[in-house]
Amino acid sequence: MSNAMDAPLLTAETVTKFYGSRIGCRDVGFELFPGEVLAVVGESGSGKSTLLKLLSGQLEPSDGRVLYRMRDGVTRDILTLSEAERRFLFRTDWGFVHQHAEQGLRMGVSAGANVGERLMAVGWRHYRKIRTEAETWLERVEIDAGRIDERPTAYSGGMRQRLQIARNLVTAPRLVFMDEPTGGLDVSVQARLLDLVRGLVADLGLAAIVVTHDLAVARLLSHRILVMKDGRAIETGLTDQVLDDPREPYTQLLVSSILQP
Amino acid sequence: MSALATSGTVAAGGYNFAYLDEQTKRMIRRAILKAIAIPGYQVPFASREMPMPYGWGTGGVQVTAAILGASDRLKVIDQGADDTTNAVSIRKFFEKTSGVETTTRTANATIIQTRHRIPEAALTGDQVLVYQVPIPEPLRFLEPRETETRVMHALEDYGLMHVKLYEDIATHGHIATTYAYPVKVEDRYVMDPSPTPKFDNPKMNDCAALQLFGAGREKRIYALPPHTKVVSLDFDDHPFEPTKFDHACALCAATHTYLDEVITDDAGGRMFVCSDTDHCEERRAEGHRGALLGEAPAAIAGAAE
Repeated sequence: MSNAMDAPLLTAETVTKFYGSRIGCRDVGFELFPGEVLAVVGESGSGKSTLLKLLSGQLEPSDGRVLYRMRDGVTRDILTLSEAERRFLFRTDWGFVHQHAEQGLRMGVSAGANVGERLMAVGWRHYRKIRTEAETWLERVEIDAGRIDERPTAYSGGMRQRLQIARNLVTAPRLVFMDEPTGGLDVSVQARLLDLVRGLVADLGLAAIVVTHDLAVARLLSHRILVMKDGRAIETGLTDQVLDDPREPYTQLLVSSILQP
Repeated sequence: MSALATSGTVAAGGYNFAYLDEQTKRMIRRAILKAIAIPGYQVPFASREMPMPYGWGTGGVQVTAAILGASDRLKVIDQGADDTTNAVSIRKFFEKTSGVETTTRTANATIIQTRHRIPEAALTGDQVLVYQVPIPEPLRFLEPRETETRVMHALEDYGLMHVKLYEDIATHGHIATTYAYPVKVEDRYVMDPSPTPKFDNPKMNDCAALQLFGAGREKRIYALPPHTKVVSLDFDDHPFEPTKFDHACALCAATHTYLDEVITDDAGGRMFVCSDTDHCEERRAEGHRGALLGEAPAAIAGAAE
C-alpha cells in the first residue's frame, strides 16, 4: 500500500453540535479510510442525521473539526473551504444520497439530464458523450436505458433511489454520504438495492458513510460500525464484531430488538 | 427638492421631464452605471410604479426616462414594428412627458427602446438600445429560489443551464429554444437576452451600441457595454444556429431578415414579411420589390413609389 492509501480520507475530531442547550451530537471522532464503509446506527433522535450534516459540511459544528483529504493529497478542514470549493467538492468528489429520492433528484427533468447534470457542471459540453455516459450509468444501476428520457416522476420508488445513486456516482466520487438509503422501500426492493450498492462500492473502491437505523443494512454494507445514543458514539468497531458480540448494554438491546422471522 | 426640480424641464401637462422625478432618475442611472461596469450582472434597483401595467415595458420605460436628454431622438419598436400598440403608446408617452423628437428611422434615432427585437440595420456607437425585459433571471425556471440563483451567478455554477439545453435535444432532437436563448457575457455571466428571437443573438456580440436591459416588475437592470463578447450557449456536437427562413419577405424580397408569418385569409393563405418595419420600408424605397407587393394596399405599396 502506498502512503496515500494509508492516510485517512476523512477525519472527525470531537465533533459537537448544540441546538441551543440541547445536544445534537457530542465528541464524535473517527477516521475513515479510502474504500471503507462506515455505518452509523442508532435510534431516531440519537444524532445520526446531525452527524451526517456536520461531516458533509452542511452544518457548522459547535466544537471539533472535520478534515478531508482532497484529490491533490492536501488534508483540509472542510469548514475553512470557501462556498465555491465546497460546492465543487459536492459535485465531483462527494456524493449525497438522500432518504427521499425526490430531494436528491430534479423531478422536472429527464433521467438522462439528472445523471448528466454533474457532468455538465464540471464542463462536459458534448451532448452525445454525456448521453452515452448517462446510458452506461443507468444500466449499471439496473435501469433500462430505454427509459432515459422519462422523468423520475414516472419511476417507481426503488428506481428513483437507483437513479439518485447513478446521479451521484457519475463523476466517480471518492466519498458518498447516504442517509437511510433504503428507508421507505419494501423488503425485496431493499435487498436488490443493497446488493447493487455493495457491488458498486466494491467495484469503485468508494468510501461511504451510511446512516441507518436498520442493522441488517449495516451488516450487509459496512466494514465498520458506529453506534450512537443521545448524541454520543457509544461503541465502534468492526461490524461483525459489534453486531455479534455487543459490549454496551444499549447495543445489546439494539441487536436483540431485531425480529427473527 | 425645488433645487433638483430645476434641473429638469417641465413638459406639457405639468410632468417633470420624461415623467420620473430627478431623484429616481439618479437612482436608476447609478444602477445603469453599475450594470455597465459588470456586463451581464443583474443590478437590483428601486423600480417605480409607472402609468402602464407590468408587462408593457415598465422596466424599459424607466431606463429610457433616466437616460433621455432633450436633444435625443427616440424610436420605439414592439416585435420590430413601429406601429403596434406597445410601440405607439410608449412613443406617445415620451412625446407627451418629455417633448423629445421621435422617429421611426433606425439610423436617425439616438435611443431605441425595443420589445423582443434588435433592428436589422447595424447600430452605431452613438446609439443606445433599451430592452424591455419580463424575466431577467435565465435560471429562473430551473431553480426557483432567488437566493440560490444569486449564489449560482456568484460562483459561476452554470451546469444547470446546459441541463435545459440537454432536455431540449433529448425531447426534440435539437435545441428547441428559439427565443430568450441564454448567452454568456465576456466568459463570465450567463444572461437572458430578453425574449428576443435567437436570430438576434449574434447581433448582440461585439455590438457598437450600448445595450441596456430593464425589468420593471422584477426590479433589475443589466447591460452590455459596446463591443462586449456575447456567446450563445450550446453543445460541441449541437452548435448554436440562428433561425433560418425558407422564404423571402413578401414585400421587400429580403432574405437576410427575421420574418413574421401573417395569415391573409381563412383558406390557408399567408405571407412572410419583415418584422422590422422600418428596414422593410427602406428596402422598398430603394426599389426592392417582393412577390406580393403588387397586391398590397396602396398605403404599403405606395411607399415604394
